Amino acid sequence: MRAFANLLERLAFTPARNAKLRLLTHYLQATPDPDRGYALAALTGDLKLRAVTPGLLRGLMAERIDGQLFAMSYDFVGDLAETIALLWNTDRDEDVPLREAVALLTDTGRARLPAAIAGMLDRLGPSQRLAFLKLATGNMRVGLSARMARMALAAMGAPEVKDLEEIWHGLTPPYQPLFDWIAGGARPEQAARAPFRPVMLSTPVDLEQLQAFDPADYVAEWKWDGIRVQAINDGGTRRLYSRTGEDIGGAFPDLIEALNFEGALDGELLVRRDRDVATFGDLQQRLNRKTVSRDMLDSHPAALRVYDVMIWQDRDLRDLPHRERRALLEGADLGSDRIDLSPLLPFATWDDLAALRADPPSPVIEGVMIKRRDSPYVGGRPRGPWFKWKRDPMVVDAVMLYAQRGHGKRSGFYSDFTFGLWDGPQLVPVGKAYFGFTDEELRELDRFVRNNTTERFGPVRSVAPKLVLEVAFEGLNASARHKSGVAMRFPRISRIRWDKPAAEADRLDTLKAMIP
Amino acid sequence: MRADQILHPTEAGLYCPPGDFFIDPIRPVPRALITHGHGDHARAGHGAVMATRQTLEIMAIRYGADFTQSRQTTEGVLRVGDVSVSFHPAGHILGSAQIAVMPDKGPKIVVSGDYCRAPNPVCASYEPVPCDIFVTEATFGLPVFRHPDPLSEMTRLIASMAEFPERPHLVGAYALGKAQRVIALARQAGIDGPIAIHGALQRLCDYHVEQGIDLGPLVPATAKEVGAQLVIAPPSAFASAWVQRFRDPVISFASGWMAVRARARQRGVELPLVISDHVDWPQVTQTIRELAPDEVWITHGTEDGLMRWCELEGVAARPLRLVGYEDEPE
Repeated sequence: MRAFANLLERLAFTPARNAKLRLLTHYLQATPDPDRGYALAALTGDLKLRAVTPGLLRGLMAERIDGQLFAMSYDFVGDLAETIALLWNTDRDEDVPLREAVALLTDTGRARLPAAIAGMLDRLGPSQRLAFLKLATGNMRVGLSARMARMALAAMGAPEVKDLEEIWHGLTPPYQPLFDWIAGGARPEQAARAPFRPVMLSTPVDLEQLQAFDPADYVAEWKWDGIRVQAINDGGTRRLYSRTGEDIGGAFPDLIEALNFEGALDGELLVRRDRDVATFGDLQQRLNRKTVSRDMLDSHPAALRVYDVMIWQDRDLRDLPHRERRALLEGADLGSDRIDLSPLLPFATWDDLAALRADPPSPVIEGVMIKRRDSPYVGGRPRGPWFKWKRDPMVVDAVMLYAQRGHGKRSGFYSDFTFGLWDGPQLVPVGKAYFGFTDEELRELDRFVRNNTTERFGPVRSVAPKLVLEVAFEGLNASARHKSGVAMRFPRISRIRWDKPAAEADRLDTLKAMIP
Repeated sequence: MRADQILHPTEAGLYCPPGDFFIDPIRPVPRALITHGHGDHARAGHGAVMATRQTLEIMAIRYGADFTQSRQTTEGVLRVGDVSVSFHPAGHILGSAQIAVMPDKGPKIVVSGDYCRAPNPVCASYEPVPCDIFVTEATFGLPVFRHPDPLSEMTRLIASMAEFPERPHLVGAYALGKAQRVIALARQAGIDGPIAIHGALQRLCDYHVEQGIDLGPLVPATAKEVGAQLVIAPPSAFASAWVQRFRDPVISFASGWMAVRARARQRGVELPLVISDHVDWPQVTQTIRELAPDEVWITHGTEDGLMRWCELEGVAARPLRLVGYEDEPE
């Protein structure tokens, strides 16, 4: 347990994730079975031991040290296990195997527990005493997720993180078959029901890169701003996993109850009220809760928006092309109002898609997903079959200079706006925007234009330069064709700054500095 | 003469009326007896200073040659006013001493200053001095403080340097005493290569070497490229731009306080090393038992714990509540 104690100590003080992983990998490489397996389970919170109460530990100390000295010490140190580890008086420092400590904390009856713990503490040096007491009180607090544990394991040998994810939920401490596999033995059989399966991830893309691909080979859908999950019902065993394989079902009993299908779905966990998807902030309120109140279940109902299917009616569909999986989903009964299918977006060209992406119908959309119609479902992040084209706008504060009347639904409204930035004492036009605002805002903008017109040129009016528009855009090119020298891609009005004086709008130089 | 007529606390520090001197005064006085060179015990500007030769030399390095008008080194028993005094090794840092104050008639008082009983390669070992009244520090005056073997801490440092060979290890250590002890311990533990030192350590390291203490090859940590994986610096340097020259350093700190995790966290330390130049709980209690004085006076630190222990042991004790001394001086 000496090495385990050292590891705990280092993990507790090491902030960087990569350094933590290295410490853990080295420990796992150097430590024999079954101790390393128990250590791993202890660190990830998967080791179920008899919980030793603070009262029991205080009782041990009461027999050994003056109450006042104990109180002063505890007050100074601030942590009960640490105080006792430091106070315990013994000259011995045996390297007790972790399995022995685990056995003690598993098998000892309640009546014998205090004496057994004291006997163990008598054999240990200070750092092992702390490790033992942290184990006993179930309070490791080293910030190690199961995902990091798998990354450390992957650094030891052949299985990759996604291979480990696939079998992880069928494993129990001390994970002997897992370590055998890493050492070159056979892959452990997945025995557990409703196991997690490695999630297929996408790579980022932009409009320029997309030009290399034929839009006809791809489908697109919204990228919803929730939490990517895997929802499973395997013969009645229901699970909700995060994309890193953490079981998060406990916080979402309403959705678990709605998994009335047989299979494994890939989708986005959202809070949805009827058709309205709530913001990520609303979803956040449902996260990391041990129990969810009735009120919370009513006010923040969880829902699943399905992107893909991995298993359906006991059939593993992952090798099928996306188009077939999608067709199956469209014909399937998903079994609950809480579960719906993420709609596909109609587009013929990448510019069509860019326009859709630039003006999503819901604020809870953070871009579009682009998937090859023939892509199998492959865990991990393969380059190519799936792209994410996230919305990540740049913004400037510009001044409205001209307005033009719109067409169709917007006939009669001044709805297309030319805006400019300061270049010395002058405002130079830099772009034009005709969306990004609500209908209500359109009415207000139209009223502003009419009340502040300085000149008329047919459908165009020039307006007094006093309204600031926050303009969001997707990219910026240097352009010889424009007077300003820059061309914005998909500019839109992200906010109307009724509050901001025009003199405080951005300068042209600011915009030029954004050119990549 | 009663004990408190021989020595009593004042705002300037412990004062001895029959000798007309202060011990480790925190403000300028006509005559000072100084236990050791740490800044909170040894200040500049006294009329006359009596201390060990090494403490006087350290004060001259830190404050300049004119830190006092007159100085006297200590050999054997000396007469100061109407009392005799003698200096004895305290095992804290180079030159550190306990001061025995002996009136012609009355109790013998030993002021230990800061002291340590763990072996220290950079200074003479603590020497028990029988006395009637023992004046002790209580920096680590709680039973939670049992400092480990400093070499085992060095083993942890070496293990970390091997585990993260690409990362420089920056060990914070006070410029006087701790820094040289850490370097000497590193040598003892088998680190033979160059160790880089922050500029603020240079003169004090040089002085230790002049005194015959082998610190091995030291290189400056002032250059843009520092040619050593192990770097020793005063803790204050970690807040300065000096640290920016190191890529992804492991920040370490050598102090007795590192035994308590919350203290290590407060400092943002990644590798706490429990290395102390003060007595820990077993040492301070053992020393009091060994000396068996009539009375124990406690100068500074966590005196409540030691007071309680004395009460339980039936040892007469009182806190002096001296102000102006730091837990562990910067």
